[in-house]
Amino acid sequence: MSDATIIRPYGDTTGDGMVQMSFTLPVPHDKRAEGAALQLAAKMGMDPALLVHAKAMGPDYSFFIVYGQVNHLVDLSTVEVVEREFPLLSAKEVNGAIKARLRRKLVVLGACIGTDAHTVGIDAILNIKGFAGEKGLEYYREIRVVNLGAQVLVPDLVAQARAEKADAVLVSQVVTQRDAHLTNTREMSAAFREAYPSGRTPLLVVGGPRFGASATTELGVDRIFGRGTTPAEVASYLVHALAS
Amino acid sequence: MSTTRYPSKLALDPSVVRRARTLARQVGRPIVRLAKTHTTVSVERAVLRLAGVTGADPDGIPWVNRLVDAVRVDVGLEHGVALPVWDAMLAGGHHDLTELAQKAATGGVGFRIPEGRDAARATKAATRQVGAGIRTIDRRRQERERMVRRIGDAPRTPWIYLIVATGDIHEDIPQAQAAAREGADVIAVIRSTGQSLLDYVPEGATREGYAGTYATQENFRLMRAALDDVSRELGRYVRLTNYASGLCMPEIATLAGLERLDMMLNDSMYGILFRDINPVRTFVDQRFSRQVHARAGIIINTGEDNYLTTADAVDEAHTVTVSQLLNEYFAKEAGLENWQLGLGHAFEINPEVPDSFRLELAHALLARQLFPDAPLKWMPPTKHMTGDVFRGYLLDGFFNLVGAMTGQGILLVGMMTEAVVTPFLSDRDLALQNVRYVMEAAGKLHEDFHPAPNGFINRRANQVLGEAVELLERITEEPGGTALLAAIADGTFGLMKRPADAGKGYDGVVAHAPTYVNPATDILEGGAAR
Repeated sequence: MSDATIIRPYGDTTGDGMVQMSFTLPVPHDKRAEGAALQLAAKMGMDPALLVHAKAMGPDYSFFIVYGQVNHLVDLSTVEVVEREFPLLSAKEVNGAIKARLRRKLVVLGACIGTDAHTVGIDAILNIKGFAGEKGLEYYREIRVVNLGAQVLVPDLVAQARAEKADAVLVSQVVTQRDAHLTNTREMSAAFREAYPSGRTPLLVVGGPRFGASATTELGVDRIFGRGTTPAEVASYLVHALAS
Repeated sequence: MSTTRYPSKLALDPSVVRRARTLARQVGRPIVRLAKTHTTVSVERAVLRLAGVTGADPDGIPWVNRLVDAVRVDVGLEHGVALPVWDAMLAGGHHDLTELAQKAATGGVGFRIPEGRDAARATKAATRQVGAGIRTIDRRRQERERMVRRIGDAPRTPWIYLIVATGDIHEDIPQAQAAAREGADVIAVIRSTGQSLLDYVPEGATREGYAGTYATQENFRLMRAALDDVSRELGRYVRLTNYASGLCMPEIATLAGLERLDMMLNDSMYGILFRDINPVRTFVDQRFSRQVHARAGIIINTGEDNYLTTADAVDEAHTVTVSQLLNEYFAKEAGLENWQLGLGHAFEINPEVPDSFRLELAHALLARQLFPDAPLKWMPPTKHMTGDVFRGYLLDGFFNLVGAMTGQGILLVGMMTEAVVTPFLSDRDLALQNVRYVMEAAGKLHEDFHPAPNGFINRRANQVLGEAVELLERITEEPGGTALLAAIADGTFGLMKRPADAGKGYDGVVAHAPTYVNPATDILEGGAAR
């Protein structure tokens, strides 16, 4: 089936179109509530829809799990993805490119900003220990890494970037309550634009599990990395953007 | 917490346990000396709050801040605020302290350090007025004890701990009441992002928080009153939690005592490591806030779970133990009793690690057995919640099972949507079903659970304890009079380097003059006026 461009969801048989969904409606649990749940499923294109679970959540709400067949088709030929715009380099190639073109070490400043204490992302990219069997940026001889750690204030990040003459600033955002990751990132990019002459800001890179890869312009950053990004990808991107 | 003591399950060498505590005392004692010889702007503001100063100027800066700042400009803070402030009051012409603060803010009052008989009179007046605030805290404590007796307590342990965080206190209240009706024994109101770095406590009821609600005296009062209502309705006293951390730790602790909060997050090193607050500021503020918590009958929750969000939960398991031992030492020194020590730990081992569940059991049992009379706060997985909510639900079930098997006192309910969205109503309900199922199905499993004497769990617990002792030994070997400050400076905890002369709030730390007076500390340490 790999060459088909029109597909449907797969339950247990090709083309059956089966999906599952769960949601809450703000009504007490009774027959009417169950009918309302099925009406929503039908309007979402599930036909037939099977209400497999319904339960009161306190006196005023009801929770539902619905399985059903959707009639929508997915056209793979119209799916857009952000392809990697740079070649993946080995550590040796990264070091070589920096040495040849920058003739000095490339300075990378990393931090978690806002109240985010989850340094797991930034550490995976920066620490020698690395991620997914790949060593982090500290391992690259021609990259100088300054990891500011967790809960760095934006003004401090900007000040450190200037003091260290950072070529790139890597910011990790894991906590996403109330879109904190988006607000923090906008605040960060605005602060850099304000503090640096136009066109002279360091390369701004953010990473985290809940960023949309195509939101760079909206957030005012140069590149967004998502879940599963490895240090080599980041290093290769830095070389692509700064040393080529 | 009226639990029977959890029976010991691990074969720990008592001499190693003793050695660990001795080392923690050695490491902690110089820090206590430091805390006893310094004050901070927030400690001094807490003294004024105990004396009844409330309100803020038109810009929202509290009068306690304006008064402390004015005193500092005139005579410095090394003598404390009590002497100069009550000296000015006794000089007459001011209706009350708030009026004095208002005049001082516009430069209409000058301060001096009284001497001899004047100093004695000022100290006496200050002690009387601050003592009245401490008596209010005493009354609040008695009120809680009476309500627990009359209304009833949480029906079982672990207490189920749920979080609300809308940013708007008037939204928080119905959510908190709903959570209590759904089964929560403890409600925590998360603070607004960044409040810990504010060097003042906002005033009044607030509706504009960011990913949390500001901790203010009025918000505390409103929420406690709402939970009192729901406690009576449910026939069990529902506890309220907030955060005594950040730059205003002593003041928040004071407000918590005045408004009958029941639990406070209050870690000895969290602010240093995760908020880059100056280490000396943190230790001085922390000692005062813990003295207040001790007096108020508040249970503290420490923050060891945070280490494991940045460090590996297996490799760095011993740093949790070390921090628990230090938190215990500092807490006891400040007057807290065992039942008030909600020492933290968390289920954060990568589920891909072989035997991860057995390792979690070993770590949780170690904490349980090292601190048999402390309630212990058991924190759910966050780091390895991937967005696969189905797998997350299973992981939370295993987390609950460890909690049941190891007799944890306070269980923070894990959400399968951790790191995905702010929990849906249905997520909270499903999470509570998960807890209830595990507690009802396996709540007494600990009766049958006896790890083999030389088995994996025993060996692992002993290994972690041994590593904790080694780390404590390394800390005692650090240079200088305060080895712990040196260790924090070179990145021993959570890999973050925090020098003693850097970080936020350092300019608010002042060394005592020989004539320093703090009537609040005197009463809290003397145990007088109870």
